[in-house]
Amino acid sequence: MRKQAKFGIGIGIIVVSLGFLAWLGYGESKTYYHTIAELQTLHGTARAHRLRVGGTVEPGTIKRLSGRVDFVLAGEGKLLPVSYVGSEPLPDTFVDKSQALVEGSLADNGSFVAEHVQAKCASKYEAAPGGDAKPGAAKASTM
Amino acid sequence: MDFFGSFALLLAFLCAAYAFVGGIAAILTRHPLLVKSARQAGIATCGLIFLATASLVYLFFSDSYWVSYVVAHSNRDLSTFYKVAALWSGQEGSLLFWSFLLAVYVFSVLLVYRNKNGELMPYVGVVLAGVQIFFLTLNNFVASPFKVLAAPGANGALDIFTRADGNGLNPLLQYPEMVIHPPNLYSGYTGFTIPFAFALGALLARYPGEKWIHLTRKWTMIAWCFQTMGILLGAHWAYAVLGWGGYWGWDPVENASLLPWLTGTAFLHSVMMQEKRGMMKVWNVWLVFTTFMLCILGTLLTRSGVVSSVHAFAQSSIGNYFVGFLLLVFAVCLAAYVKNRDYLKSENQLDSMISRESSFLFNNLILLVSCIAVLSGTLFPVFSEWFSGSRISVGAPFFNKVNIPIGLLLLFLTGVGPLLAWRKTSTDSLKRNFGGPLIAGLLAGIVVFALGVREFFSLVCLMLCVFVTTTIGMEFFRGARVIRSRSGASLLASAVELTMRNTRRYGGYIVHMGMVLIFVGLAGAAFNRDVQKDMQPGSTLQIGGYKLLLQGFDTKPEKNYTSERMIVEVWRDNKPLMMLYPERRFFQTNEQSGTMVAIYSTLREDLYVVYAGQNPETQAPVIHAYLNPLVKWIWLGGLVVVLGTLVTLLPNRRAVLVLAVAPERTAAQQPQTLAPSVALREGHD
Repeated sequence: MRKQAKFGIGIGIIVVSLGFLAWLGYGESKTYYHTIAELQTLHGTARAHRLRVGGTVEPGTIKRLSGRVDFVLAGEGKLLPVSYVGSEPLPDTFVDKSQALVEGSLADNGSFVAEHVQAKCASKYEAAPGGDAKPGAAKASTM
Repeated sequence: MDFFGSFALLLAFLCAAYAFVGGIAAILTRHPLLVKSARQAGIATCGLIFLATASLVYLFFSDSYWVSYVVAHSNRDLSTFYKVAALWSGQEGSLLFWSFLLAVYVFSVLLVYRNKNGELMPYVGVVLAGVQIFFLTLNNFVASPFKVLAAPGANGALDIFTRADGNGLNPLLQYPEMVIHPPNLYSGYTGFTIPFAFALGALLARYPGEKWIHLTRKWTMIAWCFQTMGILLGAHWAYAVLGWGGYWGWDPVENASLLPWLTGTAFLHSVMMQEKRGMMKVWNVWLVFTTFMLCILGTLLTRSGVVSSVHAFAQSSIGNYFVGFLLLVFAVCLAAYVKNRDYLKSENQLDSMISRESSFLFNNLILLVSCIAVLSGTLFPVFSEWFSGSRISVGAPFFNKVNIPIGLLLLFLTGVGPLLAWRKTSTDSLKRNFGGPLIAGLLAGIVVFALGVREFFSLVCLMLCVFVTTTIGMEFFRGARVIRSRSGASLLASAVELTMRNTRRYGGYIVHMGMVLIFVGLAGAAFNRDVQKDMQPGSTLQIGGYKLLLQGFDTKPEKNYTSERMIVEVWRDNKPLMMLYPERRFFQTNEQSGTMVAIYSTLREDLYVVYAGQNPETQAPVIHAYLNPLVKWIWLGGLVVVLGTLVTLLPNRRAVLVLAVAPERTAAQQPQTLAPSVALREGHD
């Protein structure tokens, strides 16, 4: 019995400490996914979360300004103004009407400040590479 | 040809159904003719799948732009090489490719064991046919790759029409590694079906545990080897093509490929406990069940977009079929286990904390914790939506926080485990075996610290790498010395002879050595640097000891794309070193562009240069340069792992000196059995 207890304690220590690390990592990196429509109904602390929003780039709204790129995402009939402030160049696939996924936070005025942008051409492809990491999505973030 | 292919698929489905039903009837009636016909139906299924796959390949080669799959993934100017890759570049094709690879395995298994293991094989055949039925259902009725383009004609009936050219292959896939990465990974995924079928078959047939484990060892090694190569090739592809300077991003699809690798690795280790000590029987059966289910889950995650739906990208209904199949597999496994669980009683118990058994136990536990962490992180969005209503995803910090310590613990066990004796290890032998390596590791730590490495995990990792290398080196040295004293051959020749005499043990060490090299490479990631700068011809960029001088640009039209290259001269220590050509490619057929990274790779570091596009304000071209230390070690380690795996698959050159049974004597009676004497330990693994 003492032997089993020893094993139990050893295993317990490992599992608990890894669990603690997982909890730390979770707190550091959790990101809430919302649609554009949901975003406008968020209140209180939920607005302060790290957020991820997907939508289609409205044609003609991409404005390349100094230090940032502004554009408008559309989804379910709603619009969301976005300012991309990340350091990476935007992916090649980021053009009018492409599907884009932005990650960042909400500004006080209701616009979205994005640090990462992923984009996918709404083209003829539904192609996802067999067993592959980034199906058709060019990456602007280094995750 | 499209008609031929879809007909072959339909026939294959019928044959598989017969192999399944006929196999069950054969098991119930034990009629030899039924057994034979079920097996032959299984073989026929495979043959028909080969034909179907061949006809899809033919459709690609013959530019048959009336088949919608060919139109979507190929074009006339696409090179022959990539027309093969186009086979698995989309949903329908990769599912057919899954069936194809599975058929290769099933075909080999049915043929190799056609006159052997008579009590077991009918069960195995039924399980294999069951899996094939599932995939053939998808191939035939859900995602047929042979659909043709048709439109209502003048008389109202549907007419087949042909397009002049196809849409072309996704540029991200037009890279040599994309031609070998998916087949490797898929061979891994499908390969684990074989040990699964044997495990489930053996459980249903109440077949002796050691026997099925012995039978499946090679198959498991092969699947594991493919899975390892698949993961590493995928990482290399991400590194060399996506141009973000990294090789692993904890992306759901990457994670999906890692999950069965983790449980498969655990399985390869824990079966030794069953072979030597008759322990962990339930554990092993469930490990192999889990591995198979994770392979299906991996295919589900890759194909359905369940998780990438969080990224709001393509979603498909095919996921429901996979979920249904997973539930069915789980139900069957559970039922078989509940019915025959009395059959899996352990014959022995753990004797000591410091023994081979306990090191395997911890190895398994840690691998499983890692698997659970990766799985829960990957599926977190799905579960959080179920439970709390909001979709929450976790990122790299979550995975790294858990998996870095796990990796280091595993690395430590890699050094310790193989040198511990079964049952119980004496303090004496601990000192003798680990004194040297421990000192070597500590010395390495001091040296690395003195060189300026202050990153805690990297420091520990490098120390452990030296520690493990020393333990492995000592194992080879001790064994080789004994052989040399008898044969008089050189130490190197003796080491080769030693390896050939016990390929499983020493091949295993080579695999461990490969993992050590991979860890060396991973440790370098803490020191990655990058610089991004607007460039004009003549301007320079400094990164580490390198100076990059942009000389100019050139544009070159190729058959399938136009390439725009930066001509960059690399200087080091005020001397010109070489030229690099980071490139952007513009594909005409689909108006997409791709990046070709230029890498100058040495054992010390990679200079990784990306032509990152134009600065939106100034329209100036941008270079993004990275300096990634030690990355090359990862790819070298991968090669060593593959080499080691191949060695373990070789038969032993001569009978080993001791039968493959652990000494049953206790430590007190026979202290010398615990000494690392090669003569006594050659028979172990």
